[in-house]
Amino acid sequence: MKEEIIIAGFGGQGVLSMGKILAYSGVMQDMEVSWMPAYGPEMRGGTANVTVILSEDRISSPILHEYDTAIILNQQSMDKFENDVKPGGTLIYDGNGITRHPERTDINIYRVDATDEAARMHAVKTFNMIVLGGYLEVKPIVKMENVVAGLKKSLPERHHHLIPMNEKAITRGGEVIKEVSLVK
Amino acid sequence: MRELKLMKGNEAIAEAAIRAGVDGYFGYPITPQSEVMETLMAEQPWKTTGMVVLQAESEIASINMVYGGAGCGKRVMTSSSSPGMSLMQEGITYLAGAELPCVVVNVVRGGPGLGTIQPAQSDYFQTVKGGGHGDYKLITLAPASVQEMADFVEDAFDLAFKYRNPVMILSDGVIGQMMEKVELKEFKPRWTMEHIEENYPWATTGKKKDRAKNIITSVQLEASVQEAFNHKLQAKYKAVEENEVLFEEVMCDDAEYLIVAYGSSARICQKSVEIAREKGIKVGMLRPITLYPFPTQPIQKYAEKVKGMLSVEMSAGQMVEDVRLAVNGKVPVEHFGRFGGSVHSPGEVVEALEQKLIGG
Amino acid sequence: MSEINSIIKPENLIYKRTEVLSDNDLSYCPGCGHGTVHKLIAEVIEEMDIQDTTIGIAPVGCSVLAYNFLEIDWQQAAHGRAPALATAVKRLMPEKNVFSYQGDGDLAAIGTAETIHACNRGENIVMIFINNGIYGMTGGQMAPTTLPGMAASTCPAGRDVSHDGEPIKISEILAQLPGTCYVTRQSVHTAANVRKTKKALRKAFENQQANKGTSLVEVVSNCNSGWKMTPIKANEWMEENMFPYYPLGDIKSE
Repeated sequence: MKEEIIIAGFGGQGVLSMGKILAYSGVMQDMEVSWMPAYGPEMRGGTANVTVILSEDRISSPILHEYDTAIILNQQSMDKFENDVKPGGTLIYDGNGITRHPERTDINIYRVDATDEAARMHAVKTFNMIVLGGYLEVKPIVKMENVVAGLKKSLPERHHHLIPMNEKAITRGGEVIKEVSLVK
Repeated sequence: MRELKLMKGNEAIAEAAIRAGVDGYFGYPITPQSEVMETLMAEQPWKTTGMVVLQAESEIASINMVYGGAGCGKRVMTSSSSPGMSLMQEGITYLAGAELPCVVVNVVRGGPGLGTIQPAQSDYFQTVKGGGHGDYKLITLAPASVQEMADFVEDAFDLAFKYRNPVMILSDGVIGQMMEKVELKEFKPRWTMEHIEENYPWATTGKKKDRAKNIITSVQLEASVQEAFNHKLQAKYKAVEENEVLFEEVMCDDAEYLIVAYGSSARICQKSVEIAREKGIKVGMLRPITLYPFPTQPIQKYAEKVKGMLSVEMSAGQMVEDVRLAVNGKVPVEHFGRFGGSVHSPGEVVEALEQKLIGG
Repeated sequence: MSEINSIIKPENLIYKRTEVLSDNDLSYCPGCGHGTVHKLIAEVIEEMDIQDTTIGIAPVGCSVLAYNFLEIDWQQAAHGRAPALATAVKRLMPEKNVFSYQGDGDLAAIGTAETIHACNRGENIVMIFINNGIYGMTGGQMAPTTLPGMAASTCPAGRDVSHDGEPIKISEILAQLPGTCYVTRQSVHTAANVRKTKKALRKAFENQQANKGTSLVEVVSNCNSGWKMTPIKANEWMEENMFPYYPLGDIKSE
């Protein structure tokens, strides 16, 4: 089993930390993982993206040109990464601020309106966990218990009281994600 | 107990240094390696192991603090990225000239000049061909994973003290910034003064009555003395070349083509090998782990077996020169790589292999 | 002869060269102040009984080979970087006594950053600063401390302050930093001044043992070769010209 993921959006959306939690969940599940950010000035207000790989075998390149799954959280990232999803792969996006929706018919497309949902839950900061929950609903590659363990590992102890709220957001993400059918 | 963690390459360097019982770290912030000092400052090892961590006023001061500490037989290190490493070159040649052991980490970014903060491998020449003046060599380890970032810290110190020579860990922004699983080693105590005085009698720990004074210096006013000293250095380098070459081979047994790549580029190329093999191209990869000493002989042997070689590096073509020297004209050797902060993808490498070697 | 031998007895000994000084012939020009300062450091080390715990940092300049003359452990630094070396040596071995020995080009030009920041951090070290207003070793070029109008090989018509700036009073600058506990300016051109300099050096090393911070002992000295004068003339010129610009005495003592 190997899953190659790009998570892309704006700096500040929690793109990198979502990737980190996913990677840590993989560690908890005894998988090989890599987390490679596009670091630098891009992080500061512009676009941010991170490549996360979870695999049962040793990971070769942490840098990829095509992905099993693209999680896309703004229009720029849609323009940049839609075509890099492998045929038969998965694209998950938040419709908020998207002016051109995905058009490919050879991949599976899902929409998780996490921005709206986070606002509805009065928990804007859990946005990225709603997205993560949506992803895990579609691709349950890590068990929830390992995600919680991953959260614990990647959050400093003083933030551990926020874990139940994040768990709730992950669950909610699983509920609100829906398939967008272009082919079927 | 060994401990499993998910961490960045830069953080792994810091954690490994504390656990290896390193005595001191002296550095100056620069992207993409600032996490090394940030991690150390957050961990506060001076409260636990007694390790000294100091933010210096410049890279120049940092490397000279390393000189001072190394002269006392202490295990000291610094880290920087390309522009900062250029500033350190004076200090590095003095360290080599004074035969001082230390570890220097370069998390390379794109250049020349201030360049970019994105990853590159364009400091190969500076590192292995002598970025500073004079006939000296820098033993150079090139980690290709976060695990190796951690492991090479102790390995580098071992080599440094074995040969009384500075050792470079030549990394880059990919390995420095990426997170992977790391198994951290157990804590080792720092060396005691008694250990240092017994094993490294050259160290300036204070002149005891029963020994002559120790002098750490790189100056010889007499040309003949300097020449003799240089012969001694060259003999040392010969021993390094004979004993310390490290490399890894990936799918080389039946290879018709050979990719030579180090560090993050080797990780990328490993995937390229997988892709090419799926296409029926018999390609293998040789990854130099030590860049100096360079695995010249293994590459030489492959020149008898393969149809061509591709040196893949995030530079305009630097290591390719050493590959060509090893191959000595027997088979074509081409270079491929994105550079200046851009990173080639596994697919681009396969395309280059097809265009430059197989199609050509 | 037998009369002399009858005088050479321990009980008649009134002065003995300290054994912290080596038997090597000094490489300095006759008339130069370096040798005197070396001897004073050696005497202070002997009197404080710290020969086995003292590490000296030699600079680049005339005193690059200072390590040949004092029987202690030494490190020789790159030009200007002695305070960085001293910082690390002291921090890694706080129980040792560490001093740097630097000239004006080393301490106040190429090594200004290292000097200021070591002092600013209050590194618990002694910095000994020989200010002779010229680059001696390289053959008499202008120093950061060369006086206005004073000729040097790179300002043969004399230092033009409109072109090169005023000479830098580095000790006054360093005295303003909270990290320094003792900044003093001395000379070694008369027996009385030699005694004062020795006292200053002793105080600086005692400050280090008391963990008080950075002590800087500047010694205004001559360079009769670089100044192209006889030693006597050079000392007279120093009194007339250097001392008004670089007045002797404590600048800071805490």
